[in-house]
Amino acid sequence: MSIITVKNLTKKFDDFVAVDDISFTVEKGEIFAFLGPNGAGKTTTIKMLTTLLEPTEGVVMLNGFNVVEKPNETRNSFGIVFQDPSLDTELTAFENMEFHAVLYGLSLKLASSRVRELLELVELWDRKDDFVKNFSGGMKRRLEIARGLLHHPKVLFLDEPTLGLDPQTRNHIWTYIKDLSEKEKITVFVTTHYMEEADRVADRVAVIDHGKIIMEGTPASLKAETKTNNLEDAFLALTGRTIRTEDVSSLDTMRMNARMWKRT
Amino acid sequence: MYYARVIYILWLRQLKRYVRSRARLLSSVAQPLLFLVALGFGFGPIYAKAGGGDYIQFLAPGIITMSMLFTAMFGGIEVIWDKQFGFLKETLVAPVPRMIIMLGRTLGGATVAMLQGIVIFTITLFIGFHPVVTPTLFFAPLVMFLICMLFTALGTAIASRLNDMQAFPLVMNFLIMPMFFLSGALFPVDQLPRALGIVVRLNPVSYGVDGMRSTLIHLGHFGLGLDILVLSVVGALCVTLGAYLFNGIEA
Repeated sequence: MSIITVKNLTKKFDDFVAVDDISFTVEKGEIFAFLGPNGAGKTTTIKMLTTLLEPTEGVVMLNGFNVVEKPNETRNSFGIVFQDPSLDTELTAFENMEFHAVLYGLSLKLASSRVRELLELVELWDRKDDFVKNFSGGMKRRLEIARGLLHHPKVLFLDEPTLGLDPQTRNHIWTYIKDLSEKEKITVFVTTHYMEEADRVADRVAVIDHGKIIMEGTPASLKAETKTNNLEDAFLALTGRTIRTEDVSSLDTMRMNARMWKRT
Repeated sequence: MYYARVIYILWLRQLKRYVRSRARLLSSVAQPLLFLVALGFGFGPIYAKAGGGDYIQFLAPGIITMSMLFTAMFGGIEVIWDKQFGFLKETLVAPVPRMIIMLGRTLGGATVAMLQGIVIFTITLFIGFHPVVTPTLFFAPLVMFLICMLFTALGTAIASRLNDMQAFPLVMNFLIMPMFFLSGALFPVDQLPRALGIVVRLNPVSYGVDGMRSTLIHLGHFGLGLDILVLSVVGALCVTLGAYLFNGIEA
């Protein structure tokens, strides 16, 4: 049974076609890795799947809801960890969780038991009253994952969840995600640049480049079809070796500046 | 009930952020205080000689309005900040109508601005401001609330359309500053040159200043009724516009 169905999805920004007529399905309970070079259209696709951007054309069904027609029902069905941090750093870890619980309409009783359970799971319960601004990158990520799971979503979107983290933390997060999808039957939709990670955890993989899906299948079938030994070589065989340039929006520049300011 | 809780948590967040930021608290008190002391005591003697009476008495309601105007606009513009630090996305993917998000934020920002106004009001009492005690004094909180809602909503509306902090000085220099200086916060508006008089009449801040003066020192130019009417109507327009533009944000 498929939980996400994407049909002829297209997004144009003026003349630029960021996502070009893609179709795919994600089955319930699987870990689906969405791979592609910088600027291939991964994040744009995720934004359309999660109601943040309206598609130019095409239909997306998530958990049985048309994402454009039923945005609030769709939003209740998924959790998301964004590529950039999306925590309020002036609040404590607990307050960030509390905020999320209220936004998703959890009862007070349910919220307090789940917040505890999830913060213990990501090993942040003893730091719950610390301000998020004092957290390391890995801790923030873990908190965001805990927050994304708070309302028990059917689908968890992870946009490069391990970017910039050390191997220990990355390992920890992947083990956790794999456990979660097995135990709770949560469907995980993940993008990453680390091919060996996708190879290890994903049930199925789709490769997107220049806004088009160029191959879809299990990691093993991708390697077989490209006659390569690992997913990284398969990926390079499919997308070529040229380095991609990515248009940097003013918002990205601003985020970069914000990061620079924070360091000083 | 669910929406009420959402509005409450958004409101609470704005308050927590305000109370926790000591730098913000301090600087938001320092500027109005500087205006009060420098202008109040600097121009006081001339103002008295010209037959205007006690300038501090005249100036204080204007400065209280100024501090609320600035805090409210900044509170609204904080939306850009949330875009920058990514937190806005967390609220935009939540299963809550955007209208509710905008209302909660605006109420929170307005409450912060009102607290700010009350802090400055308290300070003015110590440097020689004496509110005139009449029944209209009871309307002061209403006028303050209307001012704060109007400008928080206006700030939110503007910020919904802007993507980076570069635009911030632009808003400051071409909107907030002119609105403040051309509002009669610093000078009486009854004998202005014609052109300036028209600008003052078109400026919503003027009605805020006048409303504060009417309620605090019983000295109004437009009349308290008109002040409240203008602030309510423009405020409602700004909230509607803010909600509309906020709804259109694409992350």
